[in-house]
Amino acid sequence: MIDRDQVLHVARLARLQLSDAELDEMARELSGILDHVERMNRLDIEGVEPTDHVVELENVLRPDEPRPSWPKAEVLESAPDPAEGAFRVPSPQAES
Amino acid sequence: MADPTELTAAAAAEAIGAGELSGEECFAAWAEAAGGDELNAYLWRGDAEGNGAGQSGREAEHLAALMHAPVAVKDIFCTKGVPTTAGSRILEGYAPPYTATAVRHLTVAGAPLLGKTNMDEFAMGSSNENSGYGPVLNPWDRGRVPGGSSGGSAAAVAAGLAPWAIGTDTGGSIRQPASLCGIVGMKPTYGAVSRYGMIAFASSLDQCGPLTRDVTDAALLLSLLQGRDPCDSTSVGVAEGIALPHREDLSGLRFAVPSGLAMDGVEAGVKARFEVTLEKITGLGGELGEAPLPSAEHGISAYYVIAPAEASANLARYDGVRFGSREDAPELDAMYEATRAAGFGPEVKRRIMLGTYALSSGYYDAYYGRAQRVRTKIADDFRAAFADFDFVVTPTSPTVAFELGARTDDPLSMYMSDYFTVPMPLAGIPAISIPCGLAEPDGGGPELPVGFQIAGPAFSENAILDAAYALEQAIGFDARPTRVG
Repeated sequence: MIDRDQVLHVARLARLQLSDAELDEMARELSGILDHVERMNRLDIEGVEPTDHVVELENVLRPDEPRPSWPKAEVLESAPDPAEGAFRVPSPQAES
Repeated sequence: MADPTELTAAAAAEAIGAGELSGEECFAAWAEAAGGDELNAYLWRGDAEGNGAGQSGREAEHLAALMHAPVAVKDIFCTKGVPTTAGSRILEGYAPPYTATAVRHLTVAGAPLLGKTNMDEFAMGSSNENSGYGPVLNPWDRGRVPGGSSGGSAAAVAAGLAPWAIGTDTGGSIRQPASLCGIVGMKPTYGAVSRYGMIAFASSLDQCGPLTRDVTDAALLLSLLQGRDPCDSTSVGVAEGIALPHREDLSGLRFAVPSGLAMDGVEAGVKARFEVTLEKITGLGGELGEAPLPSAEHGISAYYVIAPAEASANLARYDGVRFGSREDAPELDAMYEATRAAGFGPEVKRRIMLGTYALSSGYYDAYYGRAQRVRTKIADDFRAAFADFDFVVTPTSPTVAFELGARTDDPLSMYMSDYFTVPMPLAGIPAISIPCGLAEPDGGGPELPVGFQIAGPAFSENAILDAAYALEQAIGFDARPTRVG
């Protein structure tokens, strides 16, 4: 079970604005999904190692050599608000 | 000369190689066919004049002679200068500054970009109804879903709007729509194909693969796609390369039906086609048996923790700063929250929330940590099965294509579409879906395609393709969509 307050907390962590209606619906839907997911608790996992990754690769390295990056102008073309060769964003603190 | 759109991609390549057909003629014929899309399969198309294909699809720096039929590409692959949305409104208008390695490999091999195909937003879905650009319709019955998330690619190939296509499979997103549309779809081994420039959903699961008319085309397309890429440190390629399949019988090969995967949710018609196909395996000299796979039934649970958890991290990049859309707000956090609220659809929000919760302080061990251990058990199950068997076989999807809207109100019922397809990516192993006949849905309705899934050990692509080819010849599936709805 996950309640409305938990949903609100998680939404803040995820930087996701949810309307009041969405909060209630999300609490209901996530609870249903988590109920199902918890069926896996029936499996005995004592002593089982977690799998992060299925391919046994370690430390895939390349020589650390300088090379050109993409042209700055091309990359900035995709940005919603480029300015002075940078990504412009609103202030992290609301102006008072 | 034959109409190029009647040819398989392998036959077209042969005709081009023999000088009976030019690559330009082949492209033009397919561009015209793609232009007749009434299924919302495409989000972008190159034009017959080669304006799109000449400049963007072939990219000036990789210009190659057109040796192959053009390819429909799921809109999750970045294509330089060509709109790439991953089915999301948050990327509306985005034209990436680079091309995905998989697409570049195809371009270099002379298989140009035909168009970009519709998909569930960020590949999250099993019906294509989660696209921010409207659902794709199933060519067999326009009132039904094509499956997802690679629904546009599957519908385009099935409807004759593309000779072949690529898609991505995280929990079944190539195999399930291939099954629902009556075509071949293959998820290769994790690491077989580069994922550079493939927009990330769940990084420990995502893999690129072919959707084609037949098994030979799947092998040919995979042979062009696979390989180690210095830009993707998880890519390893397939050591022996991919050969065109040729096997005519299945003698000496052992096929396991997993007794741990319940058949209760499988439609009667699907079950009947599955059983007929098992008889065809023994008819071709293959041996049948049962493998326990006791943990595989928990695949859906583990998958719906791991995939959303990884997605919640991967989708943090859509914040209105470097690309995509932005909602204006006076303060930075408010801008992030409003941008993401406006740009993401309901299923993507649900998965971000689920994943963030599963990774959050106090819940990590109970959900993500546990799911990773269940994943180990599922991989161990397959290892045990492959000690005694060459392949594990299942129906690809428990049902034939379902009606539009039938499962949109119940996320769990949608997730259960992936019951037979999630265990394989959790184990990182390859699997193919081939059409094995038509069946009516439970409760009646038009006859619709049924898929048969064959999975094998990591990097057994050639063996799977060979077995699938032999079975394909025995099944002789030659039904084509006739317009319903």
